[in-house]
Amino acid sequence: MTYLPNILFAIALIVGIGYFAKNVKRLIRNIKLGQSIDASDNKAERWRNVALIAFGQSKMVKRPISGILHVIVYVGFIVINLEVLEIIIDGLFGTHRIALNVLPTEVYGSLIGTFEILACLVLISVIIFWIRRNVLKIARFIKREMKGWPKTDGNLILYFEVVLMTLFLVMNASDIEFQSLNSGNVVSQFIAPWFSSLPESTLHLIERGTWWLHILGILVFLNYLYFSKHLHILLAFPNVFYGSLKPKGQFNNLEAVTKEVKLMMDPDADPFAAPAEDTSEEEPAKFGASDVMDLNRVQLLNAYTCTECGRCTSACPANLTGKKLSPRKIMMDTRDRLEEVGKNIDANGGVFKDDGKQLLGDYITNEELWACTTCNACVEECPVSINPLSIILDMRRYLVMEQSAAPSDLNNMMSNIENNGAPWPYNQMDRLNWADE
Amino acid sequence: MTVKTMAEFMAEGKQPEILFWVGSAGSYDDRAKKITKAFVKILNAANVDFAVLGQEESSTGDVAKRAGNEFLFQMQAVMNIELLNGYEIKKIVTCDPHSYNCIKNEYPSLGGVYEVYHHTQYIKELISSGRLSIDADTYKGKRITFHDPCYLGRANSEYDAPRDILVKTKANLVEMKRHKRTALCCGAGGAQMFKEPEKGDKDVNILRTEDALETKPNIIATGCPYCNTMMTDGVKNKEKEDEIAVLDVAELIANSLDN
Repeated sequence: MTYLPNILFAIALIVGIGYFAKNVKRLIRNIKLGQSIDASDNKAERWRNVALIAFGQSKMVKRPISGILHVIVYVGFIVINLEVLEIIIDGLFGTHRIALNVLPTEVYGSLIGTFEILACLVLISVIIFWIRRNVLKIARFIKREMKGWPKTDGNLILYFEVVLMTLFLVMNASDIEFQSLNSGNVVSQFIAPWFSSLPESTLHLIERGTWWLHILGILVFLNYLYFSKHLHILLAFPNVFYGSLKPKGQFNNLEAVTKEVKLMMDPDADPFAAPAEDTSEEEPAKFGASDVMDLNRVQLLNAYTCTECGRCTSACPANLTGKKLSPRKIMMDTRDRLEEVGKNIDANGGVFKDDGKQLLGDYITNEELWACTTCNACVEECPVSINPLSIILDMRRYLVMEQSAAPSDLNNMMSNIENNGAPWPYNQMDRLNWADE
Repeated sequence: MTVKTMAEFMAEGKQPEILFWVGSAGSYDDRAKKITKAFVKILNAANVDFAVLGQEESSTGDVAKRAGNEFLFQMQAVMNIELLNGYEIKKIVTCDPHSYNCIKNEYPSLGGVYEVYHHTQYIKELISSGRLSIDADTYKGKRITFHDPCYLGRANSEYDAPRDILVKTKANLVEMKRHKRTALCCGAGGAQMFKEPEKGDKDVNILRTEDALETKPNIIATGCPYCNTMMTDGVKNKEKEDEIAVLDVAELIANSLDN
């Protein structure tokens, strides 16, 4: 029976990590529903971006208040997780604070002391985050797309962190052995007196209880990620790696179109030739995107990475002037639709069964798409290199090239370009008139 | 004013130093034509041997691309590239950041590889190489705020060239709260210039004009013909057109040349 806790711990660990791994596999499967895209160029620059933008949080701190608070939580998260390593070893082998056997007391103390200070700072930051969302109601947190689950999700994450940090501190405070070391209990020494009147056995129960809740909490949190906007803590890194390295103004040239244009412009092509017998089974290329499968894998990774901070939306000229477009909503819709498609595939034995829905229309409306000025403010703002604009453009392409569904003013503009080489109905022969005026 | 076309250069068996890509707005829009002429004045003052395509120039296709019509864009691009390559053009300068971005970034993979400059970059080069001097005090002490065009600024990370040359006019350069990488769009980009805005509570150009008015400027400087239209309309909407001028950087420089 003495091994029961060890066995229970191992089971919790296996179930927790196993279920998470299963969802990661599903996530990768879903992302691969997108079109493949070559991002194998400039490895060095990509790693540099990962170091600066993802690890270094260089774009987070462009907004200093939320940026610095975020850096604290981020550093706290990474550093305090070192402690999880010890917890796992202790849990599996029934040891207690195994690192004390390896490290000199002062070193161990200074490590735990650092964790305690960070835990405190994280607590404070998280409380400020909560106030920003729920009391100050900062505009970007209360936009239309943030009602319901996204709002709950945002708060749940904060509650999780409050609970985990509190458990960590109480665990240390109720650990008689650790307190008697009097090294590293920088914060917990002030909590310990609250328990001083309790009998030792109760104290031990509290210590064990918080220890178990702490590690179980971490496992639950890990598994919560897949269902939450909080996936960014993992996906920010690959997402930044795969982010575009080109000037932001450079939009991709569609290869399928290039082929057709070349054919059209080929002076040797016989316009009266009978179309070649089409022996290939290949479907004609679809221009632009109407559903998630038409988007590329980086765009889908973008959708899973978005943590709904809304910096994009708060900088979007369309959104700032009351239009329906919100770049954040574009990312949230893409993810929601991708999840829906993924569940459809799971329910239908691995193949997608047409559900009569698509990203365009059922999630994102034409009105939103046409409100974009392609100004790149959203792309510039995103702290983890998400590009909502590329999705907007791909969907406009579908509207125009597959459905001829552009607003009529734009159709006029385009026919002007076709007919006289300018977006206005002026004669091309008059192009140089300005020189004589 | 005499402006030579590439065809004329070709007939003489010569190559110009640069090709000035005038763009559709610069060719037809009454306000933008003034910017075109101001830039020609600058080129003449610096003795730059330049050509235009004249009647052979056609839309870059930029606006079609951003509206979603990739076909029309690539048709335009391929036609223009054929023409430019036929003339063996190496260096292109334009007053339109949209043409600049499109030719610089989107033409290369379709076979059109050129050295492309926005006019503010080129003017900066003319000044630093000593070919152009700005000596007049036309704008000395005036408060000028520069509105970053999206396709010059964020799109191509060029924030300094227009400011560097504006400083040469001895004007007092004041920045809007949103400037450089956080600059707000004028509202014309992404083909918005050619359509009615979607329903909202304000037009983008009005919001941007309010940004500019906060700096209490004498002049709002732009570097894009579309921004110019939007900001001019915004200033009119605020009934400030008698106090505040909206001028392109090229116009400010042209008015500050040695007299």
